[in-house]
Amino acid sequence: MNDLDAREVSVRLGTRQVLGGVSARFVAGQVTAIVGPNGAGKSTLLTCLAGLRVANSGEVSLGPRSLASLSPRARARQIAFIAQTPEVAWSLEARILVGLGRIPHIGARGLSSADNHAIERAMAAAGVTDLADRDVTTLSGGERARVLIARALAGEPDWLLADEPLAGLDPGHQLDAAELFRQLAHDQGRGVVITLHDLTLAARMADRVLILADGVVLADGPVATSFTPDILAKAYGVHTHSSQGRGGPMIEILERTHEP
Amino acid sequence: MTKRTVTLLCLLMALAVLAAISMASGRVWVPLHQWLDTSDPRQAIIFDLRLPRTLLAIVIGAALGVSGAAMQGYTRNPLADPGALGVSSMAALGAVLTLYLGAGAAAPWITATAAMSGALIAVFLLLALSGQASSIVTFILAGVILQTVAGAGVALALSLAPNPWAVSEIVSWLMGSLADRSNADLALVAPLILVGWGLLALTGRGLDALTLGDTGARSLGINMAATRWCLALGVALTAGASVAVTGVIGFVGLIVPHLLRPLVGATPSGLLVPSAIGGAVLVLAADILVRLTPAATEVRLGVAMAVLGGPFFFGLLLSLRKRIA
Repeated sequence: MNDLDAREVSVRLGTRQVLGGVSARFVAGQVTAIVGPNGAGKSTLLTCLAGLRVANSGEVSLGPRSLASLSPRARARQIAFIAQTPEVAWSLEARILVGLGRIPHIGARGLSSADNHAIERAMAAAGVTDLADRDVTTLSGGERARVLIARALAGEPDWLLADEPLAGLDPGHQLDAAELFRQLAHDQGRGVVITLHDLTLAARMADRVLILADGVVLADGPVATSFTPDILAKAYGVHTHSSQGRGGPMIEILERTHEP
Repeated sequence: MTKRTVTLLCLLMALAVLAAISMASGRVWVPLHQWLDTSDPRQAIIFDLRLPRTLLAIVIGAALGVSGAAMQGYTRNPLADPGALGVSSMAALGAVLTLYLGAGAAAPWITATAAMSGALIAVFLLLALSGQASSIVTFILAGVILQTVAGAGVALALSLAPNPWAVSEIVSWLMGSLADRSNADLALVAPLILVGWGLLALTGRGLDALTLGDTGARSLGINMAATRWCLALGVALTAGASVAVTGVIGFVGLIVPHLLRPLVGATPSGLLVPSAIGGAVLVLAADILVRLTPAATEVRLGVAMAVLGGPFFFGLLLSLRKRIA
């Protein structure tokens, strides 16, 4: 599968420089976590990687081709995106909502049996098969988040980009979702890029972390080299203490260093 | 059979029955077996008056139903409707200007073109005024602004009208009616509405994807610019052409998709065809009703729809209180 490669991506919103020349190569088969303080440009970078925002300068390419040169449909088949606060406008059954993920694939005749299989597989993977006939507007926040993950998987994308997909999930479902993302990357060779705020969760689930602060990359690499106290202090303005917990690395937030 | 199929069959049957009643009923009752009797003078009533009236009711009802369903899908707002959001009013303003200037009398297509231009401007203003975010409140406010501006324009035209006949012509036309329309009227708008339907049908997949919001739709590979153009032109053609021939008949596009959603599912693309048939059924039924209402002069269809639709709109608003707050 193709790598997703950002080169010198800069984005300006109004007068504010949100991303100032971000270069990073995302490798399929890995879970990459993008972390950073509020307003660091995480979501903006993710939408650039998804081809939903055109950078003011720089470009993102998928393998040999620039994202901008792909047709929207071709791009959508390869990259699925889950927004931070996903909107669901109508009271649809969960199965139908998940089916929207097939839109980049379906022809004029609507859903084929292959499409329906993909929908069932996606719902099984996200653990929402039992919610299939429920009205999505009546689901809890966590249930809806999982249905939306299934929606993204239904398109069988090479890349899954998700903006804070674990926010709003209880600890059990957070673990499930983290495990699902790791499976997608490690067992199926897909690329997974997510943003999140929980550093311990990021340290445990990600193969690689990218730390953004003020629109520039502070660190990019394996957890051990990225999540050092110095870098985290620089990014967040907090002292941290890393230790080895029973389930993996643990990052404790101690106190503020200074106003960042 | 699914609920959707049953609903569609029922709607089609209702449409057939209503069409037959519409052909037979009115001031002069013509039973079915006398329709083909060439010696009967009542045949002229059937084929020159009631046939175009019935067909127009179907075509325009379907046009209003589809444009309402499409606008609701695009704006993700169950209160969207060409009438409620000022599109019909702007079309009416366009048409009134041609009536006022006398150009409408020169050629009927001038009025139709002006009405469609008014509708097109309205749709674009609506999308611009409410911005990218599809908050229900901003859409309604944008609609209020359009309604007000169009209303003021019409009032201005009325107050400056050169003679009382022009005023009465404009006023009576504004109220919306299917009475005394000819086959020529039908021939003028049917092709326009047909093209409008085609354009709106093209938006189906985009409307489905928009369930996930603007970003969600784009992430599914939907070309939003193309969807927006198809929608705007489609609504302008369907709603604008309807207004050009019948005046303003509101609330059809509001009521029909809302009533059908629980029966055929809320998927926006799946709502387009049922809304077309439902719109035709509603307008045809309302038109038969106004024809049969005993009154010195026929109650205007647009007025009847407003009497029906106003409380409905209000009820809908109340049921949406939570989403709006």
